[in-house]
Amino acid sequence: MALLQIAEPGESAAPHQHKLAVGIDLGTTNSLVATVRSGLAVVLNDELGRPLLPSVVHYEADGRNEVGYEAQARQALDPRNTIGSVKRFMGRGLHDITHRESMPYEFESSAEAPGMVRLRTAGGVKSPVEVSADILRTLRLRAEVALGGQLVGAVITVPAYFDDAQRQATKDAAKLAGIPVLRLINEPTAAAIAYGLDNAAEGVYAVYDLGGGTFDISVLNLSKGVFEVLSTGGDSALGGDDFDQRIFCWILEAAKLLPLSVEDARLLLTRAREAKEYLTYHGVAPVTTRLNSGEVVDLELTTETFGEISQTLVAKTLQPVKKALRDAGLTVFDVKGVVMVGGATRMPQVQHAVGEFFKQDPLNNLDPDKVVALGAAMQANLLAGNRAPGDDWLLLDVIPLSLGLETMGGLVEKIIPRNSTIPAARAQEFTTFRDGQTALAVHVVQGERELVSDCRSLARFELRGIPPMVAGAARIRVTFQIDADGLLSVAAREQTSGVEASVTVKPSYGLSDDEIAGMLKDSLAHTKDDAFRRALKEAQVEAQRLIDAVQSAIKSDGELLSAEQRTRVEAAIIKLQTAALSESRRHLTLAMDDLEAETKDFAARRMDKSIRRALAGKSIHQLEAAGNPSQTQVSKGEAE
Amino acid sequence: MDFSADHFSLFELPRAFRLDAAALDARYREVQAQVHPDRFANAGDAERRLSLQWATRVNEAYHTLKKPLSRARYLLQVSGHDVAAENNNAMPVDFLIEQMEWREAVSEARAAAEQHELEHLHHRLKQNMGERYEELAVLLDDSHDEAQAADRVRRLMFLEKLLAEIDDAIASLEE
Repeated sequence: MALLQIAEPGESAAPHQHKLAVGIDLGTTNSLVATVRSGLAVVLNDELGRPLLPSVVHYEADGRNEVGYEAQARQALDPRNTIGSVKRFMGRGLHDITHRESMPYEFESSAEAPGMVRLRTAGGVKSPVEVSADILRTLRLRAEVALGGQLVGAVITVPAYFDDAQRQATKDAAKLAGIPVLRLINEPTAAAIAYGLDNAAEGVYAVYDLGGGTFDISVLNLSKGVFEVLSTGGDSALGGDDFDQRIFCWILEAAKLLPLSVEDARLLLTRAREAKEYLTYHGVAPVTTRLNSGEVVDLELTTETFGEISQTLVAKTLQPVKKALRDAGLTVFDVKGVVMVGGATRMPQVQHAVGEFFKQDPLNNLDPDKVVALGAAMQANLLAGNRAPGDDWLLLDVIPLSLGLETMGGLVEKIIPRNSTIPAARAQEFTTFRDGQTALAVHVVQGERELVSDCRSLARFELRGIPPMVAGAARIRVTFQIDADGLLSVAAREQTSGVEASVTVKPSYGLSDDEIAGMLKDSLAHTKDDAFRRALKEAQVEAQRLIDAVQSAIKSDGELLSAEQRTRVEAAIIKLQTAALSESRRHLTLAMDDLEAETKDFAARRMDKSIRRALAGKSIHQLEAAGNPSQTQVSKGEAE
Repeated sequence: MDFSADHFSLFELPRAFRLDAAALDARYREVQAQVHPDRFANAGDAERRLSLQWATRVNEAYHTLKKPLSRARYLLQVSGHDVAAENNNAMPVDFLIEQMEWREAVSEARAAAEQHELEHLHHRLKQNMGERYEELAVLLDDSHDEAQAADRVRRLMFLEKLLAEIDDAIASLEE
């Protein structure tokens, strides 16, 4: 039976034009995938109707792996080869990992893996990027089955407080999993989109997001289709896991247990988590289990005791909250609502502390496990172009940490301060200090402290190919660009000669392009995906996307092209359409390049026109009527 | 629209220090809504690159104009008056003495963990700076005395830094 499709206002009515896009919440404990169907954001369940995918991967010696509940079931039996909470390792070095001794994993030494940590499993040595990719691949397949086609792309969420290395690692994982990334967005921002759109919220909101392994606080201003992040803060190594750890330590002490095997440690950690969850709805939680060593644990954990042993953790979340408010120039009285996100906010002591701090009851009307994925799905739907202009919204996010350069004496010179709206860029001039010097090293760090050693090293850049000159004569202009994903890129140019210096990046905790290519090859060897078919299919989707974009541009702004230019562009489209039918990926790429080249000037003229249109016909009075009453911003201080 | 147009003409605002903050906010959002990379997530490489450049440019223009100190510095810069902050540290003695007194008061309050005193200093300084910004507005917009204005801007740079130090001190006491 054919059902009538009634389109949401602003939603494309023609089903074939609806592009398949999803939002993915890649969580420490659980991951989810959501999409917008008939104008409504929904989480996609697995074949058994379960929305969550536990972020656990089990590796076997034959190269196969299991992801999710099946892997979770193996955790106590085969802890060494069952990786959970891998998000905590993303973009991190060995020395960054706390409680390493109580983890059942076998880490490669820092000599073997100087950058990001690596884990030895039965299935081989795994980077956190590969483990995350296995989780993402499972979600991609779930979405492709549910939606019946290949995805145009995904919005993947990351903690707002993730630094560049952690963001890049997430994007690399998506690449390995064969997911085109439309955008990385911050988890609290995604939650604010879901909350704001559902409740038509206006004003200043705080999003308190305590996940399994990360804590974020974001302060946003919501007004008339604009989500503007004013400030953000957090701790990328603080979450529900730490509360489990506290209970775990309490059990060890209270039951006077001897040092445990990895299996028993895993078992007790699971009991600790269960006790934590039980205390959300009860005053006392039983902790009873028989260990493999034969010892019996039989304890009772009360809400009071749990509150006491976790008090410092709760207090630790309030520091970044204060800082974020101060950075936004606001006090708790300016905050209209506090949106609670993340399963760990279910703990009563967290609810209580947040309510007390903000002097109001936190908002709990959204499912804290799903809200991030739902918001990401809404943003993905927007980015895929499934909403009409005028029925969309604008998202203005910030970078969480200042970006700086190492200067003489190991000091940091800040070049882009934290909470700068992205995209942002800053150009800096460097010169040579030796005659004939042809290369220059630049060390980029992220953090707020004055000493390089107290900040996180992001990358070392080497500029090569500087023309030889006397010392101090070269003017090398280095541009640091942070894009809309919050990721850094660097370009360099020698000013007097105009030579583009080449930039080699050595990410401190990331993976090089070669490593990614190697993993891609490995992963394809192990999956049933036909690598060639998939790559061709991806290129065809990409080509269609470009054709759609150009055709809609001609439709709305065709008058910006001369008759001759238009003929050339149309010819390039036909060439690309023909190439898309062939089986040659090379032809396809060349035809895409041609169309890109033919439309470059057109794109610039279109951008120009839309800016003019945005300003044209708006008298100052109209703008004032739309905004606040007019005021002269003379007496306002810089740091207000 | 010229990519290298000055920040004021980008938002079609008069080139002056006194600024209609609501108009700036509204126009920033109008323009950013047109050029932001989120509008071009589906476009070709050329358009995406262009959008990134424009959105970066619009953010920079907005944040430069939004804060009074950077706005004043920018105004002086586009009218060909270099504030020359780095090479021109010669400040009148009375201003420097005043600065030292302020700094002493801040470090004493900080050492004694007197949060109220720090908040009081913050309030007083803000008031002081407010008057100086009013004065700057007259110099820039009415009497067009750029040399004097540059001098006031240099002083305000000291004061903004001092204010940031007071705020840091308050922050460190809270932690």
